[in-house]
Amino acid sequence: MAEMNMAKAINLAMHEAMERDKRVLVMGEDVGPDEGVFRITEGLHAKFGDKRVIDTPLAEAGIVGTAIGMAIYGLRPIAEIQFSGFEYYAYHQIEMHAGRFRNRTRGRLSCPMVIRCPSGGGIRAIEHHSESREAIYAHSPGLKVVMPSGPRNARALLHAAIQDPDPVIYYEPKALYRLFKEDVPETVETLPIGRAQVVQEGKDVTIVAYGAMVRPAIDAAEILEEEDGIRPEIIDLLTIAPMDTETIVNSVKKTGRVIIVHEGPRTCGIGSEVVARINEFALMYLEAPIRRVTGYDVPIPYFAREKAYLPDADKVVSAVREVLSFN
Amino acid sequence: MPRTPIEVPHKIEYLSILNEKGEVDTKLEPKIEPKQLKEMYRWMLLARRVDERLLKLQRQGRIGTFPQATGHEAISLGSIVNLKPSDWHVPAYRELAGFLYRGWPLESILIYWMGYEEGAQPPEGTNDLPIAVPVSSQLLHAAGLGMANNLQGDKNVVVTYFGDGGSSEGDCHEAMNFAAVFDAPVVFVCLNNQFAISVPIAKQMKNKTIAQRAIAYGMDGIRVDGNDVLAMYVATKEAVEKARRGEGPTLIEALTYRYTPHTTADDPSRYRNEDVSKEWAAKEPLIRFEKYLKAKKVMTDAEKQTMEEEIEARINEAITNAEEATKHPPLSDPLVMFDYLYKDMPDYLSLQRDELAKALGISEADDSKKNEASTAKRGG
Ligand SMILES: Cc1ncc(C[n+]2csc(CCOP(=O)(O)OP(=O)(O)O)c2C)c(N)n1
Repeated sequence: MAEMNMAKAINLAMHEAMERDKRVLVMGEDVGPDEGVFRITEGLHAKFGDKRVIDTPLAEAGIVGTAIGMAIYGLRPIAEIQFSGFEYYAYHQIEMHAGRFRNRTRGRLSCPMVIRCPSGGGIRAIEHHSESREAIYAHSPGLKVVMPSGPRNARALLHAAIQDPDPVIYYEPKALYRLFKEDVPETVETLPIGRAQVVQEGKDVTIVAYGAMVRPAIDAAEILEEEDGIRPEIIDLLTIAPMDTETIVNSVKKTGRVIIVHEGPRTCGIGSEVVARINEFALMYLEAPIRRVTGYDVPIPYFAREKAYLPDADKVVSAVREVLSFN
Repeated sequence: MPRTPIEVPHKIEYLSILNEKGEVDTKLEPKIEPKQLKEMYRWMLLARRVDERLLKLQRQGRIGTFPQATGHEAISLGSIVNLKPSDWHVPAYRELAGFLYRGWPLESILIYWMGYEEGAQPPEGTNDLPIAVPVSSQLLHAAGLGMANNLQGDKNVVVTYFGDGGSSEGDCHEAMNFAAVFDAPVVFVCLNNQFAISVPIAKQMKNKTIAQRAIAYGMDGIRVDGNDVLAMYVATKEAVEKARRGEGPTLIEALTYRYTPHTTADDPSRYRNEDVSKEWAAKEPLIRFEKYLKAKKVMTDAEKQTMEEEIEARINEAITNAEEATKHPPLSDPLVMFDYLYKDMPDYLSLQRDELAKALGISEADDSKKNEASTAKRGG
């Protein structure tokens, strides 16, 4: 066991994966001697050299497009996009090619690759550096989308993503990089992609969250337990696509009341899909309308106003109270 | 079916007029009125002092992360002074001198880096686009502005800026090709400071110059000493006049050095030899321009001193104004995040606005915007 923050845990996973598997390489803007703008690729260039830790020209379509070529060739690229707000430049490569090669070639070719990308707000960054757009990728067939919420699951999910036979968008909630530490075991762990985790069992209401929003969900649960004497069940999605319907549905069957929390805009956000799944599989168990505590349908404001935009424990608490008071 | 060479027009010049010692090539020296020369210096000095103060404010936590522009004043100012007010300024993010010259209040610049959208609102009456953070995305807008100018039969010119790193983006290629194909009156100024965060130009491209790409697009290209305000002035003047005559775009590569960290969040000692940075220090644009002005007796020490004092007073005043503005609406009002997304607010967005107002404990009576007529200007 070693205590580490999420930045270190993601870095550790890359060190381990590159040691184990010669096909794994890292590429992106400033990932080499600079070790990434968030230092997530620390020590990799020094250890593995120019051939496996590649500083690319400044071009996101170039990074993802060439990573696709490398993946088809048999390598296992981990492509870093510096901020999720710049991933749009690569979107056509991700959507039209990474997500489709297997399908288009009837399984003959595939793109086993990982696109790592810091996502979300909360670090007083400049314009275009705080976006949460996981829903775009979840909406795109052929992609898997994962988002860790702490150091231990970050490392395990990254290993799973690297080993996965299909392209995985690995979104890193950058507000969590150095926010807290956790024990991470010596031996390499993986977490199954496509499975959510119940991080706290409860019976009164279900709070579904992921990434940086798991924290405010937990904080809200503490307030609710103390002030209202109720115990929420908290689900951490971990994988956004393909979504773990079963874990959500089982919880809804127990609690009958649901809150969904995410940073990204509300309309057609991940919460919309959670609501749809509940409608499909557990509608009759619902005892109250579902509430979404999310970013609003505006671009995340520049940092002076981002706090007002982002979901927090207080907003979750009010939503839970509203849902609980519905009869 | 022979195998024969194809003659491709190729000639890339390098232009330098005022060297780092302050010596001028009198054959190339542009004729600029003494008054304008002094004005040019004043704008550059203002930009420099603002940049230095921004750094202090950032260190004090009074503004957020920002990219410094120190050492890049000649590129921005030397080019922008060739524009008329009706021409278009399409900046990247290191054109501080150009913003100020084009009439952006210093308060706006401060407010932008303090984290408010209001700082990105171009002042009324300017044909300026705001800062473009996603690199090279703005170049296509510049090409489109130039195409529209042609379609409307106008005689305006567009000047746009991007970095050496940004030259690798597909958008950069597309913009130059569009501009060339449609003879758009665009001057593309590449601020080549030799680094894209940590990535040096040698890892960014195999070609010797960025300017030579112009040949492939079928436009003129020139490399200029980006620390030489006179060379920047001359090269841009020629390009602007040519564009105004309807003879299409030009690519100007302004060679300089990134004198500062990439942004205040960067540590260049991780990836570059700072001894080289010291060598470049002597080449920065203000020192040589000042020598030139003094040699020409255009500016005295006393005049410079007065300039410095006026600039300091103006910066102090702007900081006070900007910080005071954050205490009042609209800056103090988070609800304005909803107000400019569309001309007319959709119902579902309006509900979200109400939801946030409730979460923040803002009653309808206190909601300044709600009380205004719904026809209030929403960027219309
Ligand atoms: C599309 C896009 N990708 C990545 C970034 C992050 N980023 C900001 S500036 C920068 C380097 C830009 O280098 P260059 O174009 O040479 O301009 P400079 O900052 O040196 O003036 C990078 C990678 C960005 N802003 N936009």
